[in-house]
Amino acid sequence: MTEHPRELRYTIEHEWVRVEDDGTATIGVTFFAQDQLGDVVYVVLPAVGSTVQKDSKMGEIESVKSVSDLFVPVSGEVIETNQDVIDHPERVNEDPHGAGWMVRVRMSDPSEVDGLLTNEQYDSAIAT
Amino acid sequence: MTMEAASTQRTHQSLWDVARPGRSGIRLPESDVPAQAMPEASLLRDELRLPEVSELDVVRHFTRLSQMNFAVDTNFYPLGSCTMKYNPKINDVVASQAGFSGIHPLQPEETVQGALELMHRLQEDLQAVTGMPASSLAPLAGAHGELAGVLMIKAYHDARGESDRKVMLIPDSAHGTNPASAAMGGFEVVSVPSDEMGRVDLAAVEAACDDRLAGLMITIPNTLGLFNPYIARVCELVHGAGGLVYGDGANMNALLGRARPYDLGFDVVHLNLHKTMSTPHGGGGPGAGPVCVGERLEPYLPSPVVERVDADGGARYRFATPTQSIGAMSAGHGNFGVLVRAYTYLRALGADGLRQASGDAVLNANYLRRKLEHVYRVAVDRTCMHEVVFSCRPQRDKGVKALDISKRMIDYGVHPPTMYFPLIVDEALMVEPTETESKETLDAFIAVMEAIAREVEESPDVLLEAPHFTPVGRLDEARAARQPDLRWQAP
Repeated sequence: MTEHPRELRYTIEHEWVRVEDDGTATIGVTFFAQDQLGDVVYVVLPAVGSTVQKDSKMGEIESVKSVSDLFVPVSGEVIETNQDVIDHPERVNEDPHGAGWMVRVRMSDPSEVDGLLTNEQYDSAIAT
Repeated sequence: MTMEAASTQRTHQSLWDVARPGRSGIRLPESDVPAQAMPEASLLRDELRLPEVSELDVVRHFTRLSQMNFAVDTNFYPLGSCTMKYNPKINDVVASQAGFSGIHPLQPEETVQGALELMHRLQEDLQAVTGMPASSLAPLAGAHGELAGVLMIKAYHDARGESDRKVMLIPDSAHGTNPASAAMGGFEVVSVPSDEMGRVDLAAVEAACDDRLAGLMITIPNTLGLFNPYIARVCELVHGAGGLVYGDGANMNALLGRARPYDLGFDVVHLNLHKTMSTPHGGGGPGAGPVCVGERLEPYLPSPVVERVDADGGARYRFATPTQSIGAMSAGHGNFGVLVRAYTYLRALGADGLRQASGDAVLNANYLRRKLEHVYRVAVDRTCMHEVVFSCRPQRDKGVKALDISKRMIDYGVHPPTMYFPLIVDEALMVEPTETESKETLDAFIAVMEAIAREVEESPDVLLEAPHFTPVGRLDEARAARQPDLRWQAP
């Protein structure tokens, strides 16, 4: 029984991407990532309007255990960030694939999504 | 009032709870000079109320707090990577002599020749331990030493017209301060993976060896507590590409008197005197992180260094600035009190004593590894050096995390080990017993860890709610980080 929904795509760096009806991409970190991190206490996100390159660092996530970089799985322009997750980092633990989302990106190359992992591929990658 | 309530009240009592208006610890004599007007009101902070208490109130308050302290002087303290060895009291006796404790950093050099001689002798001893030809005592802590080393590497490349060398390689098992120091120096950090035996991946180092390489920062033994048999080859590769090798000396306790970083190929190494040379630490200092360097970096050492000048009347000592120094690391001359303690430790043990210290440290860690490997998974199944890293993954699969096990250890009177580090080990517990613990203490610790392992099977709820026998119970670490409440304010 996977914790990682079929409708999302994933990266080996533990981000997820959901392509919305309007073609934008919503991005967050996975259930597995927040479970490994423990209680998340601080999140740094990129500025709205900034341009991001696939696989480049877009921010940081800090838990009671450690600080990790956040990577952006697709290229494009950041059109929205989740203020609620900045004010309440616990959202990442409570609902990583929902209220704990982090940024929305207008993709410059939507085909990049095709190269991301399916939930089955991600689950087998983290099983080792 | 119940006895329990009375105990809780004592635990939580602040000086404000016992303060009463007009109460005082001392009787001041009548003023025999005319009263002066107060300075401008805006200079006075009116929120700084002070509690009015008697001397006895103050003594009881701070004595009670000191008795709640958990220290290596009271209990076993196997905090991995921190080398919480016993700090011999002679170190404090020597450091508190008036000639050392009563001097001022700005005193003329000719009036503090003894202090300068001690610093010079310490420089020589640290050079002997590391094999390096030169050193500076200026950095005030381990990460400060890292920063000094990184800035020296930058100055070296800049002086050779190779400022394009921007890449600093750092193994994925490194202390978090390494990438932070490299970034502070303006370098791009490139992480190097470890192989299945916990060694830095040679092929990955080789692949990164090009004309953008500034250097490599590496900890020996590494943070898994493991010897790296390739270390000389790694240094060769980096040097072959024109880079320099930084040695994080945090784990030097495993090498004292047995291997010298210079001989292994390092260009610079810092030593944590507060760990390896037994000066009290914890809670953020004070520390000392002297840097020892090879010939390439000697001109760039941070100032001051202490020089010895042989004149007619005998040796004289003076502060000096190396020719192309990266400059001062602080306003003073380093944490002098720590330097005195470290020198005392080195001289009390001597070369044979240091060699035995590192041997016993490694023996103690391996004793714990072999005695506990049947209940806790050893992260990498190899003979370890001065510390051993366990993974509580099997326990976590039963619902008990490394955090819960650590909290339960407090109930048994043991300081928890370092948790969740190194990051490449799941549910890590990093145990460093040090050489100063007896076999009886180690056996008692083994019994504690076995008892906790049984509790994981039989009564896991006890662990999830631990600690039970401390003045306060499990603290809400997430809330403390999310909503830090750092300053007491008058009600």
